[in-house]
Amino acid sequence: MNIASLFNAMPGALAQGMIWAIMAIGVYITYRVLDVADLTVDGTLGLGGAVCIMCMLGGLNVWVSMILAFVAGLLAGFATGFFHTFMGIPVILAGILTQLSLYSVNLKLMGKANQAINVDKYDLLVSLRYIKDVPFWQNTILDVAVIVALLIGVLYWFFGTEFGCGVRATGCNGHMARAQGINTSLTTVFGLMLSNGLVAFSGALLSQYQGFADVSMGRGAIVIGLAAVVIGEAVFSKIFHNFALKLLSVAVGSIIYYIVMQVCIWLKIDTDLLKLLSAVVVAIFLAIPYWKGKYFSRPAVKKGGKQDA
Amino acid sequence: MLELKNICKTFNAGTVNEKVALNGLNLTLEDGDFVTVIGGNGAGKSTMLNAVAGVWPIDMGRILIDGKDITRLPEHKRAQYIGRVFQDPMMGTAATLGIDENLALAARRGKTRTLRSGITHKEREEYREMLKSLDLGLENRMTSKVGLLSGGQRQAITLLMATLKKPKLLLLDEHTAALDPKTAAKVLELSDRIVHENHLTTLMITHNMRDAIRYGNRLVMMYEGRIIYDVRGEEKAALQVSDLLARFEQVGGDANDRMLLS
Repeated sequence: MNIASLFNAMPGALAQGMIWAIMAIGVYITYRVLDVADLTVDGTLGLGGAVCIMCMLGGLNVWVSMILAFVAGLLAGFATGFFHTFMGIPVILAGILTQLSLYSVNLKLMGKANQAINVDKYDLLVSLRYIKDVPFWQNTILDVAVIVALLIGVLYWFFGTEFGCGVRATGCNGHMARAQGINTSLTTVFGLMLSNGLVAFSGALLSQYQGFADVSMGRGAIVIGLAAVVIGEAVFSKIFHNFALKLLSVAVGSIIYYIVMQVCIWLKIDTDLLKLLSAVVVAIFLAIPYWKGKYFSRPAVKKGGKQDA
Repeated sequence: MLELKNICKTFNAGTVNEKVALNGLNLTLEDGDFVTVIGGNGAGKSTMLNAVAGVWPIDMGRILIDGKDITRLPEHKRAQYIGRVFQDPMMGTAATLGIDENLALAARRGKTRTLRSGITHKEREEYREMLKSLDLGLENRMTSKVGLLSGGQRQAITLLMATLKKPKLLLLDEHTAALDPKTAAKVLELSDRIVHENHLTTLMITHNMRDAIRYGNRLVMMYEGRIIYDVRGEEKAALQVSDLLARFEQVGGDANDRMLLS
């Protein structure tokens, strides 16, 4: 095992980690802000890839293609939200239904299971070929970092607005939100749309990066997204309290995940086992707060204080 | 002000768990009425408040506020007229949001939520003054997450939120039942003060008969989903706990331990 080969693989891991960070931020919006587990994203990631690649193969500009991918994601999120709020289907099941239908949609969009795009013939924004030996402004790592930073800024602003606060209140306490006149169906659908829009956008970047879109590229995406969220929280939750910093910690969590994966590959761990490993890691991280509460909680020492009403 | 006309609500209709919760309920509140509501468990007190708030649709009847029919309005649209405080202190506030953010959400009840800032500097100053008047030391913890507060503090905040934008109707659903006696008394005093200062039309459920007599200008007793006793003014002021207990026995309701103890 050559440490130099690991070192050489790092920029790639960093780029992939940042592309997936956008997806993970989308997952954060549903899983943490709205407090629902949305499984639509497994289908939406592929949808974003399919829409972007097909648009570009059809001659559209890369930015237009990515915006269309984002819009497609919004629609997928709307479908899940519609199943959930209007048809009363539990949100996990609603997500699975949309995810399943997206498999067909993605196949139909691409006409086959896999569509490649040639980096030399098309003007891609990001690519694994744009990691080294390109002008710095064309560097994928820089481009994606700028996008992630802008995204965090916009989301920070949005969740501080009147409507954004309503979305946060909905996820925290639906009773309270409705009692304060917030249409929780609307905010839930909106949150699902925003989340899936971002995931599709991430899929659009990912398919450019790897040079193809594939119907199964989103399989298990939710687990990677959750992994980024829980890793980010495990590392930074003690020091990051501001919403923007929490989003940043999710992004860093995603990068850590890809670096760890790269190390696993470098250690020659059977790559067939990587998804199993990810699932186990996520399961353990999700279990930690539960275990803490159940097995490690000590009777609280009663604290006096005149501020207690 | 508020008119409830022949309201019926049955839960789990057609099953073994069928429960007729409201059975032809009629009630009319005048402007500024502060009504205390008593009744045994299962009498339909909370169901009445939830029907008014629109938590679920009613089976029959009409609900009017200021002559406007709100029977078919969804819960979040009725919120523009109604302020609510729940029995469970966890229910009225958003635990992961700051005290200031909770108040700001309440200040926008009944308004369209836009992309303007969710809370302004000017608002923060106003909230600080309001919290000062509560005398709970919360004015220095404006950005603390509400989840860190005690039950009593949370109920006080919820009360402030319910009345921040003066509602046409205030619904208090046993809002002191989950608090220790001292805190309960404090929150109740605060409720009374806010109701009087703002001349709010109020429906307050309580299990405590003495509180039911002490507060408000009118008292109603519920039994089997209907109002069986409605008393106001001087007659109400002259009521004794023993009078109410006699009423309970008259209709065959069992005055439970919680009522006797109070």
